Amino acid sequence: MPKDTVITVKNLVKKFGQFIANDNLNFEVYRGEIFGFLGANGAGKTTAMRILCGLSRPTSGELYVDGLDVYKQAEEIKKRIGYMSQRFSLYEDLTVAENMRLYGGIYGLSDAAIKTRTEALLAELDISEQRDTLITDLPLGWRQKLAFSVAVFHNPSIVFLDEPTGGVDPITRRQFWDMIYKTAHQGITVFVTTHYMDEAEYCDRVCIMSEGKIVALDKPGRLKEQYAAESMNEVFIRMAR
Amino acid sequence: MIKIDHISKSFGETRALNDVSLRISDGELFGLIGPDGAGKTTLFRILITLMLADAGSASIFDLDVVDDFKSIRKITGYMPGRFSLYQDLSVEENLKFYASVFGTTIEENYDLVKDIYSHIEPFKTRPAGKLSGGMKQKLALSCALIHAPKLLVLDEPTTGVDAVSRTEFWQMLKDLQRRGITIIVSTPYMDEASLCDRVGLMQKGHLLSVDKPSHIVDSFDRTLWAVHAADKYTLLQSLRSYPGVASVNAFGESVHITMTDDQLDQANFRRHLQDNVAGDIAVSEIKPTIEDCFLQLLNKS
Repeated sequence: MPKDTVITVKNLVKKFGQFIANDNLNFEVYRGEIFGFLGANGAGKTTAMRILCGLSRPTSGELYVDGLDVYKQAEEIKKRIGYMSQRFSLYEDLTVAENMRLYGGIYGLSDAAIKTRTEALLAELDISEQRDTLITDLPLGWRQKLAFSVAVFHNPSIVFLDEPTGGVDPITRRQFWDMIYKTAHQGITVFVTTHYMDEAEYCDRVCIMSEGKIVALDKPGRLKEQYAAESMNEVFIRMAR
Repeated sequence: MIKIDHISKSFGETRALNDVSLRISDGELFGLIGPDGAGKTTLFRILITLMLADAGSASIFDLDVVDDFKSIRKITGYMPGRFSLYQDLSVEENLKFYASVFGTTIEENYDLVKDIYSHIEPFKTRPAGKLSGGMKQKLALSCALIHAPKLLVLDEPTTGVDAVSRTEFWQMLKDLQRRGITIIVSTPYMDEASLCDRVGLMQKGHLLSVDKPSHIVDSFDRTLWAVHAADKYTLLQSLRSYPGVASVNAFGESVHITMTDDQLDQANFRRHLQDNVAGDIAVSEIKPTIEDCFLQLLNKS
């Protein structure tokens, strides 16, 4: 059975002056999978992710996100994706419900839809009592979970997560991954970067980048077999060096 | 010896540190492990005399953190969690500046920083703000070391750093320890705990447990099983619904579980999983990791 492809990248090159950040990348991401994007700092992960999100233009190459051309339909792409980064995700001086309303509005949801989604999310996260709490007063773990929920508020085809679990405690980290699994199970594709190698094992497939190139792409189990490694950490250290 | 006795510190309603007591020996590599908000940074700032405790006392090599703060500053090197060197000064200028602040020169202590600084020396004219993450980290460590401190305090030096650079960084710490420097380092990465002589697990201002990594692992008082299946989502769901299960935690490629009565009827268990989860299922008894212990402590507290 052919898999439904949601991201297609062919010969992607991105240069900043003389510097080649992405050096001829080729890969596909399938619908509903958890795709881990790994690499050392400066390997070119963020550059590629920004291009896929329509935030940066490639120097050359063919790219399709949810069937849309990144050169011609970048604005359309932005409506079909969700994005969450560790650094910037929610407005701290707005309340929980206000953040949901803001993001819902940005993604063009109707007032009625925003209302229904807000109630559903508050119940799901069990934070109905905190609906009028400012983000700045919420513990970090809650914020991360809320930021993720907001990133999938408009039911996107793909959600991009840029190091979503940095610094959170091991319990919250696992609750966060439960949410990721559930989201993928509902058919939303999850594209995630992380420095936690145990999280790389949670992905359906992982792609390892080094110095602008893809050096490995497969299921975690296959990569470990191929490199006769005990863990993804070992695979990573061998490949990314 | 570093002595910390009954230290408490609050910020408004938040109790950042709650009656924390700890001893760290000379030459020890001590790790403080805990998530954001555990109180690690507050404890560090009190130790290096940048903040006063509400209650309790602390001393570093018999120097009191309040009365002898000037002497302490001369013998401690501190690397804060956030990169705080001068972004518009070059690599070399930053190092020179830190040397001069402590009344020394790069030449005088070059031997100590050589192994670390040599990685970034080719870029010595580059502004610090233009360095990559790994290089910034090496420069910050060089600057914290240039006055040959007896104590090195590192606040989450490896957060946001990739696994390769993290391994390199820990190698550097081991080398510094061999030169007799006492090192206190905090990290949110549980796997780094095993690289320390002793670790303290912190959560919400409390020091939960202090011991050698091997002892912490030995103190795990339950049988732990690893369960493996291709579809992790349904595996997690069906494990949580299995009668008598005490904890279910995803761990890399497998899921770790404990049972309330410490017994697992393998035949019955496999039947339950085979009815719910597709594909091959593997179950094995395993040794806990530091992270298993930390999760157990968190769930108890």
